Amino acid sequence: MTAAASDASTRRGRGVPRLRRVLVGWGFALPFTVLFLVFMAGPVIASLLMSFTDIRSADLRNPLGVNLVGIQNYSRLFHDELFIKSAVNTAIFVLAGVPLTMVCGLAAALGLNAGLTRFRSLFRVGYYLPVVTSIVAIAVVWRFLLQPDSGLLNSLLRLVGVHGPNWLYDTRLALPSLIVMAAWRNLGYQMVIFLAGLQAIPQELYEAARIDGATSWQQLRYVTLPALRPTLLFVGVIATIGYLQFFEEPLVMTQGGPLNSTLSVSYHIYNQFGFGNYGYASAMSYVLFLSIVLMSILWFRLLRSDEGR
Amino acid sequence: MASLVLHAVLVVGLVAMVGPFVWMLLSSVKPEGEIRLVPTTWWPHHPTLDNYRDLFARLNFPTYFLNSAIVAGLITLGNLMFCSAVGYALAKLRFPGRRALFGLVLGSVMVPGMVTFVPLFVLVANMGLTNTYAGLVLPFLAWALGAFLMRQFMLSIPDELIESARVDGAGELRIFLRIVLPLCRPALAALGILSFLTFWNSFLWPLVVATTEDKYTLPVALALFSVGQNQTKFGLLLAGSVVVVLPVLIVFLLLQRHFVRGIATTGLK
Repeated sequence: MTAAASDASTRRGRGVPRLRRVLVGWGFALPFTVLFLVFMAGPVIASLLMSFTDIRSADLRNPLGVNLVGIQNYSRLFHDELFIKSAVNTAIFVLAGVPLTMVCGLAAALGLNAGLTRFRSLFRVGYYLPVVTSIVAIAVVWRFLLQPDSGLLNSLLRLVGVHGPNWLYDTRLALPSLIVMAAWRNLGYQMVIFLAGLQAIPQELYEAARIDGATSWQQLRYVTLPALRPTLLFVGVIATIGYLQFFEEPLVMTQGGPLNSTLSVSYHIYNQFGFGNYGYASAMSYVLFLSIVLMSILWFRLLRSDEGR
Repeated sequence: MASLVLHAVLVVGLVAMVGPFVWMLLSSVKPEGEIRLVPTTWWPHHPTLDNYRDLFARLNFPTYFLNSAIVAGLITLGNLMFCSAVGYALAKLRFPGRRALFGLVLGSVMVPGMVTFVPLFVLVANMGLTNTYAGLVLPFLAWALGAFLMRQFMLSIPDELIESARVDGAGELRIFLRIVLPLCRPALAALGILSFLTFWNSFLWPLVVATTEDKYTLPVALALFSVGQNQTKFGLLLAGSVVVVLPVLIVFLLLQRHFVRGIATTGLK
């Protein structure tokens, strides 16, 4: 109806047709588009081109005078032990961190949805606080919380008679500590999205399930989770994209150590950039980009293919 | 009984989420020795503002604070202008190239900052803009997420409203400024808050572009501080964290209603 009406009016206004529409449309869109092409689309393409060259910081003023080196930067990745180490660390961070965050976020959303009516917004704000906070500040504070002696966590453990370890200086514990911190920081965001998803599920579904004698666990398994599938997909994709790029946490808390046990791909890219290896850094960043795209596709496959069942 | 357990778990969760912030605030007014006490204490026995005095009088924190405010403020202003204009074009105007532009904008939401920052640095360096406010601000004025948010909201404005203004002879710019923008107030509020929080906290790009102290933003200063020669000065680091976090917390707590609406509109952070 609306579309038909506006169509009719543009047809009526034949006197000021196509050219005017082009001018008006692009008049509004152009400032954004120019900035976007120069500072976003351009660099995405430039990054790909640079990854096939030997560009270094010395070429900064003359970026067109560099040599093509084919896929040399990419083949170098396979011999770079630090890159392999960082890729493994990043994979662990994603594979453990994303499910952990999603379980916590969903549990918080289910709890708030079931239990609270009066203080719900207070809880929502509280759980959301870390999300809006600077990751650098959070990393600094968590470094204190995880101190071996004066840290809050080990002080609490001492109350129950446990001698807490040196979380950030143990090669086996440093990465898991960062994963838990990431889950703590991001679960509030997921909770808000899950809450919106939960509230969109029609109550009749639950009534029908109860009449059929379903336990609350069965209701969760056969009503809630299937209905939340689009939300799970969305939250999973966003968390995966974010976690694949983790960077500030190791930079502030461990500097990638101990023994590179918390070195991430992003951190390695940043270091290579710092050494002036721009071409190599670009190649790594494209591999990261590609893995982000692939993981997103995987999520879609995982949750879409089930729909036919 | 079950509901009692549920409430207990939720409260424990809330304490775990908010506790670190409370500890940070309380410890930032402790003298150095008290922060290192074993076991850790919560309440400061000898409260002092020395840490803050050091940050603002002896160190450059007023400059960092000002830089963060200028950079986040300018980017937010730019986003409000450019994103609302392009959002209007994408939602309400028919012109060739519109679909392609929308696809491009939507696709770029997924591109990580890590992919673009190296060529972006080469570009900005050749424009002579490293270590300038322009270099810090320009790359983020066209924020894809902001454009998407404004477009989604503007789709809900009835076409008849715009058509009838056009029939009455109103110019296109006038329609946008007098009719469309006032209707978008909730979306503009959400975009403004979202943009300010995001770019107040942004880290990688300012870390790369700001090369001397007088252009550091707060997160950059705090991060370099925490791994540099001051990494053992616990009081300073905690007070510094409070300075980074507090403005954001205040903005968020005052305006969280708009903020949550913004998340609901885009489905994105």
